[in-house]
Amino acid sequence: MSGLRIDRELCIGCESCIMTCPQNALFMEDGKAQVDRDACVMCGMCTDSCPVEAISIEKSGTSPMGEAEKGDVWAFAEITDGEIHSCSKELIGKARELADRLEAEAVAVLVGGDSVKPLAGTLCRSGADRVIAVCGEKFEGLFEEEYAAILGKLIDEKKPEILMFGATELGRSLAPRVAAKVGTGLTADCTILEIDEEKRLLKQTRPAFGGNLMATIVCPNHRPQMATVRPGVLPMPQEDENRKIVVEQYDTDVPKPLKELISVVKAESEAKSISDAKIIVSAGRGIGAKKNLALAQELAELLGGEYGVTRPLVDLGWSEYTHQVGQTGCTVAPKLLITCGISGAIQHLAGISGAETVIAINTDKDAPIFARADYAVVGDCVEVLKELIAQLKNK
Amino acid sequence: MNIIVCIKQVPSTNEVNLDPVTKTIIRDGKQSVTNPFDTFALEQAVQLKEQYGGRVSVLSMGIPAVERLLRDAVSRGADGGVLISGREFAGADTLATSYALSLGVAQTGDFDLILCGKMAIDGDTAQIGPELAEHLGIPHVTDVSKIISVEDGSVTVEKSYNGGHQIIKVKLPALLTVLKDINMPRMPSIAGVRRGIEADIKVIGVAESGADTSRTGLAGSPTQVVRTYTPERNSEAVVIPGDAAEAAAGIAKIIAEVL
Repeated sequence: MSGLRIDRELCIGCESCIMTCPQNALFMEDGKAQVDRDACVMCGMCTDSCPVEAISIEKSGTSPMGEAEKGDVWAFAEITDGEIHSCSKELIGKARELADRLEAEAVAVLVGGDSVKPLAGTLCRSGADRVIAVCGEKFEGLFEEEYAAILGKLIDEKKPEILMFGATELGRSLAPRVAAKVGTGLTADCTILEIDEEKRLLKQTRPAFGGNLMATIVCPNHRPQMATVRPGVLPMPQEDENRKIVVEQYDTDVPKPLKELISVVKAESEAKSISDAKIIVSAGRGIGAKKNLALAQELAELLGGEYGVTRPLVDLGWSEYTHQVGQTGCTVAPKLLITCGISGAIQHLAGISGAETVIAINTDKDAPIFARADYAVVGDCVEVLKELIAQLKNK
Repeated sequence: MNIIVCIKQVPSTNEVNLDPVTKTIIRDGKQSVTNPFDTFALEQAVQLKEQYGGRVSVLSMGIPAVERLLRDAVSRGADGGVLISGREFAGADTLATSYALSLGVAQTGDFDLILCGKMAIDGDTAQIGPELAEHLGIPHVTDVSKIISVEDGSVTVEKSYNGGHQIIKVKLPALLTVLKDINMPRMPSIAGVRRGIEADIKVIGVAESGADTSRTGLAGSPTQVVRTYTPERNSEAVVIPGDAAEAAAGIAKIIAEVL
């Protein structure tokens, strides 16, 4: 039977695990840690807290897959406004790299109406060896249920080893349906993907617990290994005009739709989604007044980026929800993030864990944002913003 | 209209603190709460019941102590609850959890609608809703910001999408995941608290659930966490010193380097 094991020989009675257990399932007995098996949910927090590696989770009941079956590396090509979603191109770049390491093919799966067929060229130029094109009138305007049925059939027939989706609104809704359909594991919102070539295992790393912890997850005995990947964290591949365009047409039945799209209302602001932005200037309550928010917007414009805000500013009505960064707003992963008057509540930090370089401006030198930032300016963000804008304009 | 609301026990976020030495999260397991996103799903279900009649059942998988949260849900307007509990369910990833919940759905009787929160604040995966819908073979809509109408065996909802929204009509039975702020969850009334205490909460073990134990808990979880670590940071942020003008010049230099 599966369960938590504590090696009493190794245990030094430091009680670290007891402090860590979210379920209060661990206790001390004769100076050693003990587990209450009925309370333990095997979350694994204690195994990481143990300084002497005395705790492990033993797993039984799953038959190992034996010799890993070789397969291709697939990426789902999402269409947005008639184009390939930028995140899907990033996935193709990664699929190309993984496929080379595994000596397999990088494959893009393109599903849609006749009009999307030409996009196969973009996918191949971005790095796909082959595009499985499920195109035609009957594949237009599909929902998650139909996509999942088609992908499930494709997976059963062609047995990919890895399947990636963008962690977009569609990807996060569709990928779990596909995973449940084919009975495999799925890791949400990955920010790092690595490969163990020997075991052919995809090491999927994602932020957990509000970005305070990174967890690396594998799916050893089930195929495909599935992940959704955050937009903007993988490098965008350069399109190569010399790459061969290989398209494999695929046809199948489409199940009767259970949903109907009645109407669509586009975002009011013309602003692009901040989750894709490479540069973000974001403001929190420390910006002081609604009129100062214009400074953050101006700097963002000067840098060719977008502006973001914390939840309190949305609650105050200073900005639209579409600009909210954080756990209950948008998750962002820009190359450069400049935070202005943001103290760094844990819910906000959860939304910026994918940011590459963070410059934080805040008056409180002890603000939690500085623990996350790469560069710290202790001072009034309004003054600094005014100066910075003036200096950039003078250049 | 019979509605099932899925809820999850999560650690109260205010309790999250990093141990400075071991860099792990210190939490007090006693401070568990209902996942805040799920409270909006519950309120939505109760409002629909008030409008269309029917019954609201809450469903969870977890340790026996989660029964307390199901009683709390009854005090806020649910009619009963089912808790899937047992050692065989422990250590479940989203696939095994959604499978266990699908067995729980069978225990609540006929249903028209399943409501879930957008995601849980500890895992952030947002996978359980769509996975559960797939196990049950019913359609789902994520990120629902408004339920517009229920008629002719369908529900019409507003789904938040790419900064705007879509109006989608979906055939019942269906599963919806709702956004926060879709409503304002109510507080329990005195009578409600009494109902909560007296409520019939079914605790279903592995045998009664009819579960295939190769699909539950750790054994039924394809994914394994192999490593957790605190994100590497350049130990300390580099301080850009000086007055506003000097700091601005420092920032401009870094911008030029980074971009």
